[in-house]
Amino acid sequence: MFIVKHRKIFYSISVVLLAVSIFAIVFWGLKPSIDFVGGSLLDVSFIGERPTAEDVSGVLNNLNFKDASVRSSGEGFFIRTKEISQTEKDAIMQALSFGGKYSPTEKTFSTVGPVLGKEALQKSWLSIVLVLLAILLFIAFAFRKVSKPVSSWIYGSVTILALLHDVLVPTGVFAILGHFYGFEVDTLFVTALLVILGFSVHDTIVVFDRVRENLHKNEESKIKTDFETIVGESINETFIRSVNTSLTTLLAIFVLYLFGPEAVKNFTLALLIGIFIGTYSSIFIGSTLLVTINNWKNK
Amino acid sequence: MAKYRFWAIIMIALAAAAGFYVWNSEKTDSNRKFKLGLDLSGGTHLVYKADTAQVQSADISSAMQSLRDVIEKRVNLFGVSEPIVQVEQGGVFGDNREQRLIVELPGVTDVNEAIKRIGETPTLEFKLLSKENEEEFLDTGLTGRMLQKASIQFDQNFGGKPIIGLKFNDEGSDLFAKITRENTGNVLGIFLDGNLIEAPYIREEISGGEAVITGDFTADQAKQIVRDLNYGALPMPISLLSTETIGATLGGRAINASVKAGLYAFVVVAIFLIAWYRFQGLVAALALAIYTVINLMLFKFIPVTLTAAGIAGFILSIGMAVDANILIFERTKEELKRGKSKYEALKEGFHRAWSSIRDSNLSSIITAIILYYFASTPMIKGFALVFLIGVLVSMFSAVTASRTILFAISKDNPTPTPPQKGEGK
Repeated sequence: MFIVKHRKIFYSISVVLLAVSIFAIVFWGLKPSIDFVGGSLLDVSFIGERPTAEDVSGVLNNLNFKDASVRSSGEGFFIRTKEISQTEKDAIMQALSFGGKYSPTEKTFSTVGPVLGKEALQKSWLSIVLVLLAILLFIAFAFRKVSKPVSSWIYGSVTILALLHDVLVPTGVFAILGHFYGFEVDTLFVTALLVILGFSVHDTIVVFDRVRENLHKNEESKIKTDFETIVGESINETFIRSVNTSLTTLLAIFVLYLFGPEAVKNFTLALLIGIFIGTYSSIFIGSTLLVTINNWKNK
Repeated sequence: MAKYRFWAIIMIALAAAAGFYVWNSEKTDSNRKFKLGLDLSGGTHLVYKADTAQVQSADISSAMQSLRDVIEKRVNLFGVSEPIVQVEQGGVFGDNREQRLIVELPGVTDVNEAIKRIGETPTLEFKLLSKENEEEFLDTGLTGRMLQKASIQFDQNFGGKPIIGLKFNDEGSDLFAKITRENTGNVLGIFLDGNLIEAPYIREEISGGEAVITGDFTADQAKQIVRDLNYGALPMPISLLSTETIGATLGGRAINASVKAGLYAFVVVAIFLIAWYRFQGLVAALALAIYTVINLMLFKFIPVTLTAAGIAGFILSIGMAVDANILIFERTKEELKRGKSKYEALKEGFHRAWSSIRDSNLSSIITAIILYYFASTPMIKGFALVFLIGVLVSMFSAVTASRTILFAISKDNPTPTPPQKGEGK
């Protein structure tokens, strides 16, 4: 009952999170990686001493890569430029040794042409739309049986609202990280969003399912309990399983974030935020919204 | 129950054997080692676009095949182990999709030379066998540029066997007539990229620009030659769309990090299960071990090319695989509270949790399939495939495997006993 009673607190938390996220997305925007817009990315590490970011920028300027951006990584730098050839890359590597002062090694070098970038963007949007459609069908199927006192389309709408919440927050976090630390969103980020969608739609539905099961039970045994109490009980009953199923997943992802390979760090971070928020919303926001909507209706 | 005990023992024994196999087959000389993607092994990934403007749309697919063959021959010269050359279609929808060629060169990080050699336009040349030296072929000036079309025909006079028809353009016709007139009885070698693909005898002078090559070909061989000839005649220039180079040390570090993360994730999840669900948790952890072994076996036998993202998908699926167990155990607890016997509660738990398990996995399966189909990079394809396999296997391991073990251990008690402590609390 605690959760339903104090739902205003949880609403406020979510409203703040959403406001910050939307602000970040609208005003700062996301930084697309070369996956989407094309260009070259060179990941250089240095054995021993390394030059400063300013030095590296200076080198790039001298070589006439005016639009290049330099970002510090664990052992060196990410250098992002417009699409460059192997020869141009070799010239950069050559210059980064500063005449033998440092010993740079090339970790990865990728070049994506603008055509492929555009296509990746199209494919990403297409998969987002398809996953959303599939989820809408899934929700329609899950709520095909009409129930009282809240009609099934309200359950569906609340689920979609919760999903929106669950993807907006990690997107907002990446907009903030992008603004302050240069984090980029790539095709893996989109993948993470889709996994989050699939994961949290079910989490929300589980609680709703229990609400309807309890409504049904009360109707059969002619017990008159108000909707608020039923929702509260349903949340309590599903609380541990909701938390535990998410917790095992979060534990696994957290370990992956800590120890896993560099290449999937941002991907796991997005998953971590999304699944955490998804669990939060399915317990604290989804079902409580049902109560609020029901109360409005009765006013 | 005896039946459950029997199957539980069989299952655990099989899993142990499979686990040993997975371990053992990673030894250096095994041919069932995990297949590693370029981001783990280090190497170069190249995407080329083929310019098909000069090729008729009906011939595009076979032209791409011969382009693939030619590039593969060139790539093989680098001495790289297990290079991959494959044709892919770009774009999302539509008939007129861009034709692409994907080239993967494991272990090659200095790509300048590779790109130079792959990117050369192929050459088709007709050369005469030297009269002085049986090994040597001499230039005739007749090249693929002058060949209009090669086609496969089935000649009635030749027992219905496949023969290869050549049609030259005007320039080629004159030159071909001259060559055949002056060299009747000699061998005219046909070279693609410097490799001899066919060496027919010149029987007589051929004017008019149409010739046939007869020989003891199978239909497949003839098709292959026709493809090569047409490819050489209508070279499709290729241009580089994207390159990716991953240093070998980075790949090695990524493997270590992935293995470490996978191991720790397993241990952390297992500890959590045992701490929370005690004995049942131990069984769930055992089911998780079986899950891991089945997955690893599938990775080896399908085989799945593992990438960093793929392994991340697998670790994510370790966390999700136990969801089903948690659903079952929580439901069992509720049934116990309602006063059912341990055995009955467990049975109800498995039974009632099933619809939840099915639904939760369904949404993940849908996501994985869409991701796989519209993946724009090998990373995402790898992730989607591993994730899909993981979800499917988890439906078996968390339900069937843990049920078998739990029922095998639980006391034989098929009839419900009356509740002993009254209703619920």
